[in-house]
Amino acid sequence: MEKIEAKEVNFHYGDFHALKNISMEIPRNKVVAFIGPSGCGKSTFLRLFNRMNDLVPGARLSGKILIDGKDIYAPDVQVDELRKDVGMVFQRPNPFPKSIFENVAYGLRVNGIKDKEFIAGKVEEALKGAALWNEVKEKLNASAYALSGGQQQRLCIARAMAVSPSVLLMDEPASALDPISTAKIEELICEMRDKVTIVIVTHNMQQASRVSDKTAFFYMGEMIEYDDTKLIFTNPRKEATQNYITGRFG
Amino acid sequence: MKRVIEKTVRWILTGSGFVTSVVILLIIGFLFTEGAGLFGEPVIEEGYVLAVNGENPVKEMSAEEIKAVFDEDITNWKELGGPDLAIETFRLEDADEYFTEEELGPQYGNAGAAIAALVASRPGMVAFVPELMIPEESGLNFIEDRNISPGEVLGGREWFPTATPSPLFGILPLLAGTLWVSLFAILFALPFGISIAVYMSEVASGKVRGFLKPVIELLNGIPSVVYGFFGLVVIVPMLQQVFGLPVGESGLAGSIVLAIMALPTIVTVAEDAMRNCPRTLREASLALGATKWQTIYKVVIPSSMSGIASGVVLGIGRAVGETMAVLMVTGNAAVIPSSILEPLRTIPATIAAELGEAPAGGAHYQSLFLLGVILFFITFAINLCVEYISSRNRAKNN
Repeated sequence: MEKIEAKEVNFHYGDFHALKNISMEIPRNKVVAFIGPSGCGKSTFLRLFNRMNDLVPGARLSGKILIDGKDIYAPDVQVDELRKDVGMVFQRPNPFPKSIFENVAYGLRVNGIKDKEFIAGKVEEALKGAALWNEVKEKLNASAYALSGGQQQRLCIARAMAVSPSVLLMDEPASALDPISTAKIEELICEMRDKVTIVIVTHNMQQASRVSDKTAFFYMGEMIEYDDTKLIFTNPRKEATQNYITGRFG
Repeated sequence: MKRVIEKTVRWILTGSGFVTSVVILLIIGFLFTEGAGLFGEPVIEEGYVLAVNGENPVKEMSAEEIKAVFDEDITNWKELGGPDLAIETFRLEDADEYFTEEELGPQYGNAGAAIAALVASRPGMVAFVPELMIPEESGLNFIEDRNISPGEVLGGREWFPTATPSPLFGILPLLAGTLWVSLFAILFALPFGISIAVYMSEVASGKVRGFLKPVIELLNGIPSVVYGFFGLVVIVPMLQQVFGLPVGESGLAGSIVLAIMALPTIVTVAEDAMRNCPRTLREASLALGATKWQTIYKVVIPSSMSGIASGVVLGIGRAVGETMAVLMVTGNAAVIPSSILEPLRTIPATIAAELGEAPAGGAHYQSLFLLGVILFFITFAINLCVEYISSRNRAKNN
C-alpha cells in the first residue's frame, strides 16, 4: 500500500476549478516534488493532504485522498489528529513569538504531553535533526525572532518534526532563503527521507532534481506528468513538461 | 502661479498645525496657572480673620481644625494645644444674640468695637469676622493667616469647598472615587470585552460579525447623558433592590455604566489586534495538530496581547475622564469610599457639578482647576502607557 493515494481529486474555490481530476500515488519514505508555474494548483493540492484548505471559505472537494489507506476526509477523522501525523513547513519561516525551546515544544504541549524531561529530550532530538542544535543550544530561551531567516526555517522544520509525523509537507520551504540556507534545507530533506515521506512544492527545478525521487508537473490545475525525477528532467513524455523544465515558459 | 498655490498651501498647513499646538498649550497653561493659584489663597476666607482673646496662646490652626471648631467637633482649646478652656464660637450672624440693636449702633457702626470687647472679655471665644471691623489696638490675637498648602490639598481627606470660615480642599476622596469607579469598570468590562473580541474575530461567521461590529461601534456614538439616564432609571433601582441599599446611587452603578461605555473601545481595539495576528501563525499552530481553541489561547491571544492591552488602557482612559453618566448615577458624596456600594464622587463629576456655583477667581474656583490639572495628569499617564505599549508592539512586528 502506498503512503498517500489521491483518487480523482477535483477542487473548487467558489466557481474556480483549481484542481482537475488528479490521481496519484506517493510511495512511503520517498521525496516527491511538485513543480509548475504559479497558480497551477500544486500548493492547493499539497494543502489537501493535511486538510489545511478546510479553513478556506467556499472550498469544495470531490474524490478521495487516502493516507495509509484511510480516507482523511471521512466524517470520523479528527482533523487535529490527522495534522499531528502530517506535518507542514510553510513558504516563509513562521516561528511563534515565543522562545526557541517553546516553539519546538509547542506541538508536544498542544497534544497534552506534560512530562518535562520527555519534552526536553524531544526538543533536543528535533533540533539536532534539523541541524540547528549546535547553533542554538546556548540560547534555547531566546526569542525565535532573534534567529536568521534560514535558522528560523530550520526551527520550523524542527517544530514540525518534534511531533514525529509520518508525512512532511513542504510548501516552497526555501523560496524566502539565501543559497546557503537553501543548501542546508535541501541537505536536511535528504537526511529526513528515511524517517518521513516528504512532499515538497518548489519553484526551483534544480531543487526538485536535487532532492526528489519522483516529480509531478502541474499546469492549469491539471497534473500533466508524474514520474521518476530522473525521467522527468531528462526525458519527459509530454511537450508541456519539456517546455517548462527547459524554461520556455512559466 | 503653480508656485504661489503651493506656497499658500504650505503656509496654510504650517499655520494650522502651529495654531492648534499653540491653542492646546494655552489651554494647558491656563489650567495650570488657575490651578496653581489655589496655593496663593489664604486658608481663612479672604478679608476675614479669626480673632481670639489676647491671652489665648493658640496661634495656628489648620483648615481642618478650624472647620472642626466651628462644627463644634472640637470644643476645648486643650485639643489645639491651648489651655483647658471651652471654645465659644462667634460668627457675624450671631451678633443679635449677644448685643442689642443700640449696642450695635446705627448701620452696625459700633459692631466692630462691640465684638472686640466681647472677645476680649471671654477668654474661650473665637470670632470669625471681617478684618476691617476689628478696631486697631483691640488687644486681640488673630489666628495666623497661612496660605493653602499643597500637602493639605493633595493629602486632604475632606472635600468641603463651601465650608466657612475655612473651606477644605482635600482631593483624596475625589481621587479615590475616580480610581475606584474606573477600576471596577475595567474589572467588569475586561472579561466581557475580551470574550466579545475573541468571539467576533475567531468564532463568528462573516454575517454575524458584519452585524455585531457596527452594533458595538454604535455604542460609542451614544451620548453619555443617555447612558447616565439609562443607569439612573434601570441600574440604580436594580442595585437598590438586589443589595438592599438605602440609595441605589453608588460607585457600583457608576462602574457598570462606565463598563458599558468602555466596552466598544476594548472590543474594537482588541478585535483588530486579534484579526491582525498573522494567518501564517495560525496555520503553523493548526498544522501542528493544535485545535482551534488551543490556537486561540496559545497563539492568537499572546501575539495580540499588546493590542488588547492598549484597548484596555484606552478603555480606562475613557472611564477616568467620563463626566455626565457618572455624575448622574454615583450619588456624588465626596467621601473616601469604603465599599463600592457607597455613593462616591469622581473628579470630572465634581468639576461639572461645582463650577457653576463657584465664584470666579475664588479659592473654590481655583481648586476645580487644580482638579482639572490632576485629571490631566492621570489621562496623560494613561496616554503614555498606550504609546509605550503600541511602540513596543511596532518594535516586535518589525
